[in-house]
Amino acid sequence: MLDTDFFRRWMTAAAASVDREAERLTALDSAIGDADHGSNMQRGFTAVRTALEKEAPDTPGAVLILAGRQLISTVGGASGPLYGTLLRRAGKALGEAAEVSEEQLAEALRAGVEGVKQLGGAAPGDKTMVDALMPAVEALGDGFAAAGAAAEQGAEATTPLQARKGRASYLGERSIGHQDPGATSSALLIAALAEAAAGTEGSGE
Amino acid sequence: MSDERVVGIVLVSHSAEVAASVAELAKSLAGGAAPVPVVPAGGREDGGVGTSSELVAAAAASADRGAGVAVLTDLGSAVLTVKALLAEGDELPKDTRLVDAPFVEGAVAAVVTAATGAGLDAVEAAARDAYDYRKV
Repeated sequence: MLDTDFFRRWMTAAAASVDREAERLTALDSAIGDADHGSNMQRGFTAVRTALEKEAPDTPGAVLILAGRQLISTVGGASGPLYGTLLRRAGKALGEAAEVSEEQLAEALRAGVEGVKQLGGAAPGDKTMVDALMPAVEALGDGFAAAGAAAEQGAEATTPLQARKGRASYLGERSIGHQDPGATSSALLIAALAEAAAGTEGSGE
Repeated sequence: MSDERVVGIVLVSHSAEVAASVAELAKSLAGGAAPVPVVPAGGREDGGVGTSSELVAAAAASADRGAGVAVLTDLGSAVLTVKALLAEGDELPKDTRLVDAPFVEGAVAAVVTAATGAGLDAVEAAARDAYDYRKV
């Protein structure tokens, strides 16, 4: 079973991972976006880390809802409401339970991804977060490592795609050949699940 | 005091200057329609370019006169932030609505219509109709 501390470690590990990869995320975003994805995500997850320390939510659902709310209010770019909706929907789906199973987490994330698709209007293949998140959720039944690999693969597979959502879509065919920054940060978030399961919180500063 | 129950207008842009300027423009084209609250929510709280849910929520609260609030946005995160706030259900005043309209033309149409004392449906319809105004 996954307890509140697991979810806290997941968010902390994701924050550390975003810290480590911020420059890469911004570099990817400068190719097809507005070159702020790394710093936006860093600002958001730093706020998540601070809020989790200060407010000490006491259920898995409460951790995700608090994190989602922080991302919506601090990221400042489109990834804020999108990641915020992902986590908040997932948190609401987990309800008040003190511990949840991996199956329940998978179901909750599925609900979260549906929320992301609804909010942004993105379908698979549009070169967005959805292209990493959907295969990750599908693979969660085989464990966190499998989900991480599926997300990573999904993110890499956005490279040859033409963007159909967000600022990158204005570039048309010129968006082809670049990995999507949102799919890339989604893969970091999913990879952090395995770190949380291993009991580590990452090694970011 | 039914004449004070006007629809409030919130203008959400990535840029504080754009939101504030469009608010000024709409108000002046509405003939200085004094009773309509037109509140800009532009940029991030730290002054950077982007969208702040706190600024949007504060603007909606201050524009609310009990007759609903019409929110117009520019693009991207402005749209998604308002949608995410509406989905949450408790961060914006009751009867707050994201209006699908061009930012500048829609803002002018919304403010002029709200100044007539029209309700939220009419304000929304006027703002949406601004899409049909062809320039060539």
